[in-house]
Amino acid sequence: MNGDDWNMGFIWFWLVAIMLVGYVVLDGFDLGVGILYPFLAETEDERRMALRSIGPVWDGNEVWLLAGGGTLYFAFPLLYASAFSGFYLPLMIVLWLLVLRGISLELRNHLDAGVWRQLLGGLFAFASTLLVIFYGAALANVIRGVPLNSSGYFFVPLWTNFLVGPSPGILDWYTVLGGVVAFVALTLHGALWLALKTTGDLESRAVSAAKRIWWVLLLLTIVSLAATIEVQPGSLKNYLTFPPAFVIPLGVLLFLGAIYYCNQRGRQLAAFLSSCFYLFLMMAGAAFALYPTLLPSIIDRSQDITVDRALSGPHTLHVGLIWWSFGMLLASGYFTLVYWMFRGKVDLKQPGH
Amino acid sequence: MDALVMHRTHFAFTVTFHYLFPMLTMGLALLIVVLKTIAALRDDELYHQAARFWAKIFAVNFVMGVVTGIPMEFQFGTNWSHFSEISGGVIGQPLAMEGVFSFFLESAFLGLFLFGEQRLSKWAHWGAAFAVFVGSWLSGYFIIVTDAWMQHPVGYRILSNGRFEVLSFWQLLLNPWALIQYAHNMCGSVVTASFVMAAVGAFYLLEKRQEDYGRLFVKLGVIAGAISSVAMVFPTGDLQGEYVARHQPAAIAAMEGLFKTETGAGIVLIGQPNPETGQIDNPIVINDVLSFLIYGTTKAEVKGLDQFPRDQWPTTLPLLFYAYHIMAGLGTYFVALMAIATLLLWRGSIYTSKWILWPLLLSFPLPYIANTAGWMTAEIGRQPWLIYGLMRTAEGYSKYVSAGNGLFTLLGFMGLYALLSILFIVLVYREISHGPAPEGFHAPEAVATGY
Repeated sequence: MNGDDWNMGFIWFWLVAIMLVGYVVLDGFDLGVGILYPFLAETEDERRMALRSIGPVWDGNEVWLLAGGGTLYFAFPLLYASAFSGFYLPLMIVLWLLVLRGISLELRNHLDAGVWRQLLGGLFAFASTLLVIFYGAALANVIRGVPLNSSGYFFVPLWTNFLVGPSPGILDWYTVLGGVVAFVALTLHGALWLALKTTGDLESRAVSAAKRIWWVLLLLTIVSLAATIEVQPGSLKNYLTFPPAFVIPLGVLLFLGAIYYCNQRGRQLAAFLSSCFYLFLMMAGAAFALYPTLLPSIIDRSQDITVDRALSGPHTLHVGLIWWSFGMLLASGYFTLVYWMFRGKVDLKQPGH
Repeated sequence: MDALVMHRTHFAFTVTFHYLFPMLTMGLALLIVVLKTIAALRDDELYHQAARFWAKIFAVNFVMGVVTGIPMEFQFGTNWSHFSEISGGVIGQPLAMEGVFSFFLESAFLGLFLFGEQRLSKWAHWGAAFAVFVGSWLSGYFIIVTDAWMQHPVGYRILSNGRFEVLSFWQLLLNPWALIQYAHNMCGSVVTASFVMAAVGAFYLLEKRQEDYGRLFVKLGVIAGAISSVAMVFPTGDLQGEYVARHQPAAIAAMEGLFKTETGAGIVLIGQPNPETGQIDNPIVINDVLSFLIYGTTKAEVKGLDQFPRDQWPTTLPLLFYAYHIMAGLGTYFVALMAIATLLLWRGSIYTSKWILWPLLLSFPLPYIANTAGWMTAEIGRQPWLIYGLMRTAEGYSKYVSAGNGLFTLLGFMGLYALLSILFIVLVYREISHGPAPEGFHAPEAVATGY
């Protein structure tokens, strides 16, 4: 490996990480709305308002997952191959949930009120909830590690004995904790989005829900940081060798505080953006702790799938950098345009969902 | 069932179901742009309303395409992990580009197209429709580039760790196989959308309601259908056939059911290939035609399967033969039907000629079958290779995902897609029976039989 390849590995590690974090921050709020709206929206108008706040954007948000997955595929093919086949069952369940969620949200608009709408609305909430829990558990699996064999592959069942050990399942106490943290964090994210985009009773219910959920998230953030150090002691290594990085966990706490403060003061946009930064830093902190590992081995850390081991050839990556930068610049333009066109509170009198 | 067969079935099932939707939306996006263009130029409310109606049908199909497409992006890794590891440096590229260049574009402008008509000026809304069209056609191109590399690998090298990487980005992106296959495939997509549009138009005319729209849909459907049906056969289908013959001679021999090398080879119209005996049962053959179609002369020698070792014959050979013949037979029928329809349209009698409206109505499922059969021809023809000449299909699947796990998720997808199919049919049927006429213009019977 020459220095240039190392740089490419570093660059693509962070580009893939940013796309996946971008996915969580963006799709996160519409997932959160999916979890919350059955509880917060009481009338059909309120339900329409809640869903319309995400109607024009959810599909674009989800593209971050696809584009991120595709980028992972060509930049780190071994990781894509190993992780996707090793996490086969949970990934398939995630795919089913994504199918159900997309279909229920979109088709709901094509049907008049009644049983069909209730069914699809319920499915949407159900799929959103489970997806978020699976995402949290997935991230926790990547931090905890999996039993990799010498060629870099593995297969884990959904659960074994719920303990973190040499033959783990997808679900153990640590990954379930990860799922709960994601559930709470994205529910809060969704509540802040609803507060920002809706009006009337729904808006005030969202504000007070956010206030209550915040306390749970504060507790869980601290517990999860401690549990991560317990389960994966190596996760402190990068921080200790590069102490300025402690600004990341500090930033997490800072933005968590800002969420509460801004929500209290009715500064809804600031509260929502703080939540974006909170999520961004939580995951950037995890990515920083992992680097240069992409997927740790739970048996022998020398078997980790690392950036070097999984990286594509140099020419692929150089060419990729050109079109990726150009394409993502365009994509940022589209996103700015769409969020600008649909800015402000939802107006039910406008045609649409 | 062994793991290889399971993973193949898994991918084949999910991708076949998925492609039913983009097949329509890519072609329909083009037809919607045509409607929007005429509407904007003439300020014609009929065309505006027609575009709104098709936008609704488009939206339902598009969301089905999106949700069934997501699993495809991941199934390379889940079910074909060894293939992904080896080839990700090449085909990961067009797949990632599809996300970055077309999905972002489509998703952003679809929202503006579907919900933004009142916020946007006439031409800005036209622009949103156009962006959706460009996005969906780009998406198709990146997928074809991916497939073309598996059919005809170009612009790559093999690294010391055995993985492939892109050596020439432009060779990969402008693979001649991709250009030909794309042209052929997009013709197929426009054929699908045209037949669906013509069928909906014929339905309204036969039902004698919303007849203004019925005439418009039949007219546009037949014009676009005639152009695309012809272009699908010639030059695109013809070129594709020649290209396959040159680069995958075993595939073409199997498609045509040519077990023995012949000079002046005949074309088998119907028959049942028997790979054990190396014969076609009950054949109907036209002499010399195959030599002529491939080489332009009736006396040329066409290589039969006897020229290739048995382990290089396409697996599931009879299915390949049938898929190819169904595709080619239906393609011929499309040209014939559209030729007659065009003649009647030109003479102005099509809107009242029940004997042509009925076939137009009933033919809409056939392009779906033809396109699916076409893809099966391409992909089964590639067998036993996963990457033609470089990697066998048997080497590419996920070794650590057992057949039992594969069956579990295959059954899951089957159940889920059965549910989707029901929802889809209910919704599209409702939109069509509701019709394009704006609210308050309902024909009385729609109210009488109301919900």
